[in-house]
Amino acid sequence: MVSVLPLLLLPLIQLPPDSAMADAPLKRTHGYLAEFGSVAELFHAAEKCRDAGFRFWDTHSPFPIHGMDDAMGIKKSILSLFVLIGGCTGATVAILLQFGTQVGLYPTVVQGKPTNLFTLPAYFPISFELTVLFSALTAVFGSFALMKLPRLNHPLFNSVNFQRVTDDGFFICIEQKDPQFHPEKTKAFLEGLGGRNIELIEDEVA
Amino acid sequence: MAATHHEETHPPLDGPSSPAQVLLREPLVLHNRSYSWITERICGIIEKPQPKLWWMLFIPSVLLFSIMAYLFAYLIATGVGVWGQNHPVAWGWDITNFVFWIGIGHAGTLISAILFLTRQRWRTSVARAAEAMTIFAVMCAGLYPALHVGRVWMAWFLAPIPNSNAIWQNFKSPLLWDVFAVSTYFTVSVLFWYLGLIPDLGTIRDRCKPGIKKALYGLFALGWRGGNRQWNHYEMAYLLLAALSTPLVLSVHTIVSFDFATSVVPGWHATIFPPYFVAGAIFGGFAMVLTLMLPVREIYGLQDLLTWKHIDNMAKIILLTGTIVGYAYLSELFIAWYGGNKFELDAFMLRIKDGPYVWAYVAMMFCNVVSPQIFWFKKMRQNWFVVFLVCNFVNAGMWFERFVIIVTTLARDFVPGAWDMFHPTWVDIMTFVGSFGFFLMNFLLFLRFLPVIAIAEVKGILPQSDPHGRARDPRSITEQEVRGEPIPDGFGPAPAPATTHPIAA
Repeated sequence: MVSVLPLLLLPLIQLPPDSAMADAPLKRTHGYLAEFGSVAELFHAAEKCRDAGFRFWDTHSPFPIHGMDDAMGIKKSILSLFVLIGGCTGATVAILLQFGTQVGLYPTVVQGKPTNLFTLPAYFPISFELTVLFSALTAVFGSFALMKLPRLNHPLFNSVNFQRVTDDGFFICIEQKDPQFHPEKTKAFLEGLGGRNIELIEDEVA
Repeated sequence: MAATHHEETHPPLDGPSSPAQVLLREPLVLHNRSYSWITERICGIIEKPQPKLWWMLFIPSVLLFSIMAYLFAYLIATGVGVWGQNHPVAWGWDITNFVFWIGIGHAGTLISAILFLTRQRWRTSVARAAEAMTIFAVMCAGLYPALHVGRVWMAWFLAPIPNSNAIWQNFKSPLLWDVFAVSTYFTVSVLFWYLGLIPDLGTIRDRCKPGIKKALYGLFALGWRGGNRQWNHYEMAYLLLAALSTPLVLSVHTIVSFDFATSVVPGWHATIFPPYFVAGAIFGGFAMVLTLMLPVREIYGLQDLLTWKHIDNMAKIILLTGTIVGYAYLSELFIAWYGGNKFELDAFMLRIKDGPYVWAYVAMMFCNVVSPQIFWFKKMRQNWFVVFLVCNFVNAGMWFERFVIIVTTLARDFVPGAWDMFHPTWVDIMTFVGSFGFFLMNFLLFLRFLPVIAIAEVKGILPQSDPHGRARDPRSITEQEVRGEPIPDGFGPAPAPATTHPIAA
């Protein structure tokens, strides 16, 4: 029994680096990237991808394309619900801040105005401003969360051609984690849609 | 939905005499520029060395900014007595400058939010610079109220924190509303600006060579990939921020006007103040946008993106809001007479006829009401020098407006025994001049490091960005293109009038 214990130290032993392993880091397929020539081509290709039933795929373009959400079958963003909740939080904070201090903590009567029904309008401006402030903060940081940003490293950045997505490139990427993904068939499918410069995007696994 | 459908399926054009052609809109980007041309031209401003004029403006503005910083230190070390205000004019140039600068900011939000909600597609070319202007103007504005409290180390009294006697702020005071309004406005403006910048920061990131610059632009681009699953949320966030900023911008100057209107001072106590201030703010702000953008357009060769149509539209807004402001001035005078309040009437008679500051009222009237009327003529709206001159008249006029409202009113209140004049000191004058240096320095740094036109948004309004392949508007084809001549100020001959990307051919 005791003779087995040294085996527990095994993971701590560092093996000399294998030169073959260092040259070729382990790679995992991320998906296929295809380029399209124009907005219209990308739009029609997206409709066909949607109809083919892919789930883990995306179109990439330098600007938002009108109607692309329908072409891809994406639902309306849920962000507006987040912002509603954020706005209600802001209004609640404003009411608690103003009435909590003026009615509960330390009522002060300035300019002959006590806190009652008749002075209510004086509390509107701050309530409005805080509602807007909380809503705006929710809109921006909520959209970051939904867009899964910041994410400074992504397999797509390994493609040199993909750098044109912020200039004049239009791309579709079908990801490997899609249940319908097939190394040859997906490539052929993208070719059939009119995609050019089809690339296998790989992710380096440390 | 009906509107977009109509746009997509307008009838084919037969020829120049076709009535349909008359209904076509002027193109927003001239010479059928391609996506990469737009990227190249706007990013080129950042990537190429700045022109000499940039340095000729930057160095003096840094100097003026340093003077302002020094004078603020002098003020804090000495006391507000170094400024000219005294009894009865307790609000002098500080609050005049505060209202002046905060008003300028309003045009940026109007362009980015209200024109977005009303689907004015021409806004895309001016929105970015106008939003930057908003942020810098609000920064200038915020300095004055913070410093005029005198004991600056007590400025935290403005924050909603109880003081050492456990007393909270007076939430019923317009001055506290102002603190909330201006700080919310600044925060939301920065958020809105940054959200719009993200895709463009990605563009610069992808063009940089690996290095510190790429790493920094990449960091602020947050790893933007332009995926439609991102655009989906991005566009919703943009729409919501526009919808939130619209009432916000109206509320900010409304609340600024409450600082005056809720008092009992004759000349301030008027219900017309909120709409009058908001119109004035938009009016002054558009003048400042044009003052900045007219030279930028020429220096950096942005004539194809910031066309005469843009300038024409903004000149029309200046005409409209200037006329609204003129109406408000006259309506104030009418109510002063019709309202039957002797003090109110006297306050206005002193302003326009009998008082010591009549020259300021006349200057305000001429700059704000008379000078923009020249924009009724299209020829004048299309003349660079006239537009630039009128905009500078308006910039000056809007400062005079705030001076008239604040100083002339306080200098002459109820009791003639308390009347006195206001004289600005050299500190007042140099601080105000210095704040222009601060503003210009920020704007020049913005030109140097960030895209002055929203690249992604302008690409989105090009004819080839319509997924349904709408043909190019024939009116945008110039005679030079037909003859194959080089376009002035372009990168070579005009591209063939194609609607598709080069690699599709």
